Amino acid sequence: MELMFDIFTGICFFIASLSIIIGACGLIKLPDVFSRIHAAGMIDTGGTAFFILGMVFQTGWSLVTVKLLLIGIFIFFTSPVTSHVTANLARKKDIFPVGKRIGKTL
Amino acid sequence: MKSLILFLILLCLWLLMSGYYSVLLISLGIVSCAFCVYIAKRGKLIDDEGLPIFFMPRLLNYLIWLFKEILKSNLATGKVIINGKVEPETFTVKSSQVTDVAKVTYANSITLTPGTVTTKMHKDVFEVHALNADFGNDVRTNKMDRKVTWLEGKK
Amino acid sequence: MYLAGLIACAITGILILIRIILGKTTFDRVLAVNSLGTVIVIGISLHGFYSNRPEFLDIAIVYALINFIGTVAVLKLFSTGSLGEDE
Repeated sequence: MELMFDIFTGICFFIASLSIIIGACGLIKLPDVFSRIHAAGMIDTGGTAFFILGMVFQTGWSLVTVKLLLIGIFIFFTSPVTSHVTANLARKKDIFPVGKRIGKTL
Repeated sequence: MKSLILFLILLCLWLLMSGYYSVLLISLGIVSCAFCVYIAKRGKLIDDEGLPIFFMPRLLNYLIWLFKEILKSNLATGKVIINGKVEPETFTVKSSQVTDVAKVTYANSITLTPGTVTTKMHKDVFEVHALNADFGNDVRTNKMDRKVTWLEGKK
Repeated sequence: MYLAGLIACAITGILILIRIILGKTTFDRVLAVNSLGTVIVIGISLHGFYSNRPEFLDIAIVYALINFIGTVAVLKLFSTGSLGEDE
């Protein structure tokens, strides 16, 4: 049983590490602010979710699990807010996204 | 009624975060939770927006669906970053929710799935930036919009 | 296992720092700093488990809170030129 949880944690950590490293590569590689937000979103959702899932497998049921889930919920709720504020302000300061525009924009 | 629910949530948070259950500490917790509720009430923060109770019955179902969606789009975003096939596009979608909280939930859900970001909103029109045509088509089919309207439950 | 996660966090941190140095606009830098904060939150909790002291999670929670407030405050300063004092 112990070994099985260890294996689950390993898999979760592997996926999460891959996710945050790919996200950071995207942060360097992608062309403009609006595209980079997608890479940052990958770090915020994929990375944190799988790291926290992996750590929950190790703790079992205790107060530590609740704290871990609290961190997860908090990042889950604040990440879109910061992304949206950044994108909205970039649009207000007249930075236009590269690429095509479909229909009329606001 | 809503003040009571807020008080209970805050008290649960206190008990879970502290981990000590002596009489003195719990009574201190009750006093500080009551003080917080008083300040929130004085600032008129307790209303439908601050504590959307009408979401609760269907929330779990929605969250499971949202997690599945986030997982899928994470995979797709990773593939796009590795392949380098980036063709960003900007378009507008209309939302069909009634209350402001549901609109915010919809916009946040769009932003939370990697690959699509809400950049501006005006009344019930959102401007969405997508990394690729596939992500854009996902939003334009309005599947998430219908799901959030169902979560709101006002129609 | 925790060490592998910590090394991944370190590599990610270095890559994000490169973005902060390169970044053309301010928004690139703010976005990168926010991501760095998220990575640091994960790193703090991983280090707590690595050294068998899960009490570190309290610090991680506080760091997550401050990270959010700080990012929004900096962006508000950019947009209006003040943090909301009376005119």
